[in-house]
Amino acid sequence: MKRYRLQLMVCAGTGCVSNHSVEIKDALDREIEKHKLQNEAEVVFTGCNGFCGAGPIVVVQPDGVFYQLLKTADIPHLVEEHLLKGRPVKKLMYSPPAEKIPIPKMSDIPFFSDQTLIALRNRGMIDPEQIDDYIARGGYKGLVKALTMMTPDEVLKEIKSSGLRGRGGGGFPTGVKWESCKHAHGDIKHVICNADEGDPGAFMDRSIIEGDPHAVIEGMIIGAYAIEKVHQGYIYVRMEYPLAIKRFQIAIKQAREYGLLGENILDAGFTFDIDIRRGAGAFVCGESTALMASVEGKPGEPRAKYIHTVERGLWERPTCLNNVETWANVPQIILKGAQWFSSIGTGDVSADPWGGSKGTKVFSLAGKVNNTGLVEVPMGIPLRDIVFKIGGGIRDGKKFKAVQTGGPSGGFIPESLLDLPVDYEELTKVGSMMGSGGMVVTDEDNCMVDMARYFLAFTQAESCGKCTPCREGTKQMLDILDRISVGEGTEEDLVTLEDLSNVIVESSLCALGGSAPNPVLTTLKYFREEYEAHVKDKKCPSHTCRKLNTYSIDEKICLKLGHGCHVCVKHCPDAAIIGERKQVHYIDPAKCSKCGVCYDVCNFKAVQVA
Amino acid sequence: MIKLKINAVPVSVEEGSTILEAAQFLGFPIPTLCHVEGLSPYGACRLCVVEVGEGARSKLVSSCTYPVEEGLRVRTASARVVRARKMILELMLGSCPQSKIIQDLASAYEVRQQRFKQEYETCILCGLCARMCTEQMMAHAIGFQGRGDHRTLGTPFNIKSEKCRLCGGCIYICPACQLRCTYTQPEKAICGGCANLSPPCLEKPNFDDMMCYMSPCVACEIKKD
Repeated sequence: MKRYRLQLMVCAGTGCVSNHSVEIKDALDREIEKHKLQNEAEVVFTGCNGFCGAGPIVVVQPDGVFYQLLKTADIPHLVEEHLLKGRPVKKLMYSPPAEKIPIPKMSDIPFFSDQTLIALRNRGMIDPEQIDDYIARGGYKGLVKALTMMTPDEVLKEIKSSGLRGRGGGGFPTGVKWESCKHAHGDIKHVICNADEGDPGAFMDRSIIEGDPHAVIEGMIIGAYAIEKVHQGYIYVRMEYPLAIKRFQIAIKQAREYGLLGENILDAGFTFDIDIRRGAGAFVCGESTALMASVEGKPGEPRAKYIHTVERGLWERPTCLNNVETWANVPQIILKGAQWFSSIGTGDVSADPWGGSKGTKVFSLAGKVNNTGLVEVPMGIPLRDIVFKIGGGIRDGKKFKAVQTGGPSGGFIPESLLDLPVDYEELTKVGSMMGSGGMVVTDEDNCMVDMARYFLAFTQAESCGKCTPCREGTKQMLDILDRISVGEGTEEDLVTLEDLSNVIVESSLCALGGSAPNPVLTTLKYFREEYEAHVKDKKCPSHTCRKLNTYSIDEKICLKLGHGCHVCVKHCPDAAIIGERKQVHYIDPAKCSKCGVCYDVCNFKAVQVA
Repeated sequence: MIKLKINAVPVSVEEGSTILEAAQFLGFPIPTLCHVEGLSPYGACRLCVVEVGEGARSKLVSSCTYPVEEGLRVRTASARVVRARKMILELMLGSCPQSKIIQDLASAYEVRQQRFKQEYETCILCGLCARMCTEQMMAHAIGFQGRGDHRTLGTPFNIKSEKCRLCGGCIYICPACQLRCTYTQPEKAICGGCANLSPPCLEKPNFDDMMCYMSPCVACEIKKD
């Protein structure tokens, strides 16, 4: 194997690729060749680093120097300075928004230093398309340990005592699930990996698959071994993740070639193989019973889960379904032991598997924070630390308003509850949930009615339509919210909204309907004054609901700064703005349809909103 | 045999039966729309919800799909159950106000107002016709299409199905439009109370496969062009 003085790890996660990281790699290769450094420096593609807001990212190893927001034009300078002269380029490094002093090393950047990596431990370190890279970082060691040194029962006991709980959202103890599946009657059983990640703005699973597909496969093999009578597993990936599908296909092929999948794995007399099934774009297929119906080739609709899928799942056979992140945690637990895993997190799981939240959780941090991207944090970390330490606080010095956790059906958590430790029980208590790990931060400019409406519109559109409360109920909720946001809501509407939400939560068939009203319920609970402003005063406090705004033009600014630039007149669709070029402009309230275009196009902020 | 208590009345029923069957055995009324004996339980209309369990862990479940458990405590008409049923009926009135069965149920549950946006659908999407067609008539000619709000019933690609034998089972089982196919004798079929005075297939111009899968229709003898 060839050795290099320097390795340049170019992030090839979806975020960085769409920011032209492939061109960055080409440019690096060109420059390295120009300076005849081919034998000293190597350029490698890696999986997602997580700091997607800073992409494209290049990390220079072994020093771990972190370069962000690169452009092809920066590359000649970078190669000459850093690679040739040994002087890292400060202006391409990350500097925190407050201090403005560049931080050279990746491990010193708060975004990375406050994280604990288990599921994402190989991120940015390996080429996900090379099984050797994974093995070099200790991959498949857990599998070898399980198959050669442990009985299936011992593996199960290890997972059970680790306190690992389902990372897909429900938080069901993984060991308990495996045990029920193991004890269920049936000669053929299955394991499934749920990679149908459909929450808007969430990409934890995609990132794990694209960056470290073998960790998931290894976890599934260990699971199949522990549950017994499992010889076929399925990975259900959504069609919208073509790169993830490709990486899985490569990984499965390589694992088969190495004898890690197929007949007689590691000569331990255990046979297991994995196939990929692709989703067809239905959000509801992330629900376990709908997913299984979809794998069977039926319409993706949930069924009542009073008989659990571990007893009767795929083709009526006992089936153990876990999320990508859950599977990715398994090899590390087997390798390092349950005690190590349960030392991280909250509560005590030795007696009650629901008694605590152990290990880490990956969140995709999005919205109005400075550092957006993927973070893996230990359970029990205060929400405030995620938003303000790792996330770097709110963008442009604005004021924090709320954070929404758990994807489209999670709830909003206000400032007063920010010191809440992040674990399954605490989040549920305040009306939100862990969910799959979406985290959307909102600031003072966001209208809570509008946010609730946005997320409800998503779940409403993705409802399968099988049961009445979800199909008809979410539609009517959305109708009420639509009316509130244009000023046609009444105070009775708020009561109806609350009643309806509670019935939908209680009586829906599956968890999609059962959690869809959460954004509305939590905003009604914590931000009721905003709803009341909409229905009583017919005003949107953050001026997001435009139909409730009144637009006017500040004469002084218009004339002094803008010199009557006339741009607003050109854009106004209603011909409601009066005024000649180089003169003061006015808005005719009778004609104004309150679209807000004038506010958007005015370069001098002369248009005032009230 | 499994022993459980429904509204504090002890009952023992065979393993594998549902709460609905046990409650019907005791004579406790539970309203249903998407459930018919002889067809597989579906659990979609949610009208048959009952409350099971105690205290903080109690929950609403659909009695047509919930298998009985030893020692289970069921309440078929608690305040929580009635509140949910009333809201579901109100939602159904919002979408299918002309259906007699929904009007009757709403009246029985004293639903006096409908606070939602009014729509005039004819189908309540209970799926009985599709299950009848598949499970009893072994035809598999009709099924659900679309998702959520756009869900409808129909034949594949909405063209006349080769599997359909015009048996009329779908029309026979439909709970929402009991008066649909009495066209030849409409005056005898009118109950006098509901808005469903004329068969809906006549109201729609060129009645489509959505309304009636059969051409010619065995009941009303209307023939499609």
